[in-house]
Amino acid sequence: MGSHGIADRVAIVGMGCTRFGEHWDKGIDDLIVAAANDTFASAGVTKQDVDAYWFGTAQSAMSGIALARPLGLVDKPVTRVENYCATGSDALRQAAYAVASGAYDMAMAIGAEKVKDGGYSGLNAFPVPGDGTARSVTAAAMFSMVAPAYAKKYGVPLADMKTALARVASKNHHNGKLNPRAQFRKDYSVEQLCAMPTVAGSLSVFDCAGVADGAAAAIVVRAEDAHRYTDKPLLIKALSLVAGNGNGLGDPDYDYTTFPEVAAAAADAYAQAGIAVPRAELAMAEVHDCFTPTEIVLTEDLGLADRGTAWKEVLSGTFDLDGEIPVNPDGGLKAFGHPVGASGLRMMFEAWLQLRGEAPLERRISTYGKRNLALTHNLGGYPGEMVSFISILGLG
Amino acid sequence: MRGVTGWGVHLPHPRLDRASIRDVAGTGGGKGSRTVASYDEDTTTMGAEAARAAIRAALPGGAARPGSLWFATTEPAYADRTNAAVLHAVLRLDRNVPAYDLTGSVRSAMAAIRAAWQAPGASLAVTSDTRTGLPGSGDEAVGGDAAAALLFGDDDGDNHGDGDSVLAEILAWESVTEEFVDRWRTPGAVASKLWEERFGENRYTELGAEAIKLALGAAGIDAKGIDRLVVAGLHERAVAGVQRASGVPAERIADRLTAVAGNPGAAQPALLLAATLEAAAPGETILLVTLSDGADAVVLRTTGALAAYRPWRPVAVQVAAGGPVSYGRYLHWRGLLPVEPPRRPEPARVSSSAANRNAGWKYGFEAGVSGDGAVHLPPGPADDSRTSAADEIGTIVTFTIDRLSYSLSPPLVFAIVDFDGGGRLPLELTDVAPADVAIGGRVEMTFRRLATSDGIHNYFWKGRPVRDGSAANSADSNSADSKADGSPQGAPREK
Repeated sequence: MGSHGIADRVAIVGMGCTRFGEHWDKGIDDLIVAAANDTFASAGVTKQDVDAYWFGTAQSAMSGIALARPLGLVDKPVTRVENYCATGSDALRQAAYAVASGAYDMAMAIGAEKVKDGGYSGLNAFPVPGDGTARSVTAAAMFSMVAPAYAKKYGVPLADMKTALARVASKNHHNGKLNPRAQFRKDYSVEQLCAMPTVAGSLSVFDCAGVADGAAAAIVVRAEDAHRYTDKPLLIKALSLVAGNGNGLGDPDYDYTTFPEVAAAAADAYAQAGIAVPRAELAMAEVHDCFTPTEIVLTEDLGLADRGTAWKEVLSGTFDLDGEIPVNPDGGLKAFGHPVGASGLRMMFEAWLQLRGEAPLERRISTYGKRNLALTHNLGGYPGEMVSFISILGLG
Repeated sequence: MRGVTGWGVHLPHPRLDRASIRDVAGTGGGKGSRTVASYDEDTTTMGAEAARAAIRAALPGGAARPGSLWFATTEPAYADRTNAAVLHAVLRLDRNVPAYDLTGSVRSAMAAIRAAWQAPGASLAVTSDTRTGLPGSGDEAVGGDAAAALLFGDDDGDNHGDGDSVLAEILAWESVTEEFVDRWRTPGAVASKLWEERFGENRYTELGAEAIKLALGAAGIDAKGIDRLVVAGLHERAVAGVQRASGVPAERIADRLTAVAGNPGAAQPALLLAATLEAAAPGETILLVTLSDGADAVVLRTTGALAAYRPWRPVAVQVAAGGPVSYGRYLHWRGLLPVEPPRRPEPARVSSSAANRNAGWKYGFEAGVSGDGAVHLPPGPADDSRTSAADEIGTIVTFTIDRLSYSLSPPLVFAIVDFDGGGRLPLELTDVAPADVAIGGRVEMTFRRLATSDGIHNYFWKGRPVRDGSAANSADSNSADSKADGSPQGAPREK
């Protein structure tokens, strides 16, 4: 018994990612084809070379057929993956394990979501028949409870907390402005963001992830085969996943200032990758900033900041592009947008660009050339009841 | 001896200032305020609250749990299916306790009360009504929304305090029936229509006098022996006429709560009787007269046990506890003013089979208790036993205001609540303004209708602030103790 990981046994050798945004002129099939073709080209392979596919979509399609049809796959195994907002990451995780097992030589993980055909703003969960007693609040409302709880626990004045949250959004909007694939490409000042009307607790729309259509994909092979496809493969150092049991919702000791599922996934991932001091060893982190308070708590749960200090680190610029450890250099969910099933692979795409030196100079992380490890963190659910995924990728 | 062994009432929190009607409707309105069922209430949920109040007050006094349930309303949430079955589930009554509806007419309330009185053993009558008129109408202004429940049972009658649970014995009940069309409403219509007022006044005044004469004769007393006269009915002029003609001195005629609550139709007889019993002393004789397609006259005499009875949230406390609702919002809630709906998907309809499997949780608010004593809401598969948490008081740990979520009356107020008896639940709050929510606030559970999809009502529980200044309102109170000794949370009555 034990979580051993597959460190250095599987490598990503090709990636692709569409622009995220309101693609009124594109359906799920168009997004899939665009991301897949970019990825095939990136690795220099064809769809026939890929032995098996894992297709992540939270609620835009059902079954592997939804991938096999637009790609015109012939006699290929395709598994549809769903795990809330961690769907795309879990597709990669399964593809990587399939290759590590020896079952396949080459696998593709692809995540896609078409959310803007629903007719409503925001994300809307597919309704599962139930007894009608499930919570009716939005994710924004659930996560909004984190901010006052955090401020109270650590004695942060509410005005300072609001500023720190705005600073997270401002940072990510700035990074998004520099990213041609991002949904939102405009700077917002802390003052502008603080003046926005609230929609849930103290959060405004600008504290929430962008709601976007998009797709992203990766091709994985055994590490020893990687150099056949690229000079700069990304080795998979760790993959960890925790599905919470929901106890946090009913636990009187849970205080909404940490996500235990994330801390547990981080411990597993760091053990797999042999990382002792993540803040010093990681070159960057892509974290699941679905709402601004989430990013603050995540940096602590991931060990990038001490408990109760992340809000100060945000204000002092530790996580900026030119900071000590850049967080969400591509704009994050906030500015890059959040097509649910694609987001986890989008995070890895940024690691792919940054570690390989392919990110444009104006968006290059401060740690480039000095550190070679990137972390992606992808969650689904709510405080007290969430799925949490972490990958650690390294330049091979 | 058989009679009333307990009562409970529910006056909804929202109150409409009648003076606000005329500015919008151009006519109507008046003085005072009326009760308004909130957007998440209907006759079933209000009835459930009244029934819970009756049982919470009566059982500690020695009354037995009801062995039958009779539910009456003019405005049933469902046709064809039994609304009393919802109450049965909320009250967690035994499976072999029959639960029946008597719906449609205002008079069905007297049928429910009479059935409960005549049924063997402990029996519960629940009456509930929402009264709506066209904007600017008299019915709109005078009407009210409320529920009232009466528990009936027997005792040994020796006044020795050993099982003397009857609070008011029924000495006589006489009923006369006459067919005439004074007020009518086709099923589904928003408002009633009325014949010329003088005709109904004429018929009801005569019918009321006839029933009173029969009842007093059966009880062997005359009008001078009546300590309190209660006259219920939707024909206001006829009610006044019967009061005048009754021979009961004016100072003994019970206030009808019109100014402060309104006339809640089918709920009025039990509501006014409850208010009267809350003011009465032992040994008083009460005459209840109801005017509806005839007249019923009931003579009751209060017992010595009444002195010790502590109602759960007395009528006067609930009258004083309301909060304002604007006329526009009232019209919207009644479906008389369509407003822009939330731009969110409507909730999916409730799965009947899932709701049936989980009825203990959904309707009874049952918590699970595991071997280590931990309380879980909802119950989990590993729990060893179940207990009802419906009467628990909790404290707000944190909360948020959600302006994005689907709600029939946004914004949605959502809180994490820790219950005194153990367990935590994230839940929606109701009967509260967002600005009045605070961490540390005390919350009680109330049974509500969350939404309706495909005609299926989604009933479940919400939290609402504890407002009556009782012991339950302080964070250091021990709800387990207050339950154990049966102490009520209502204000003590003055004798």
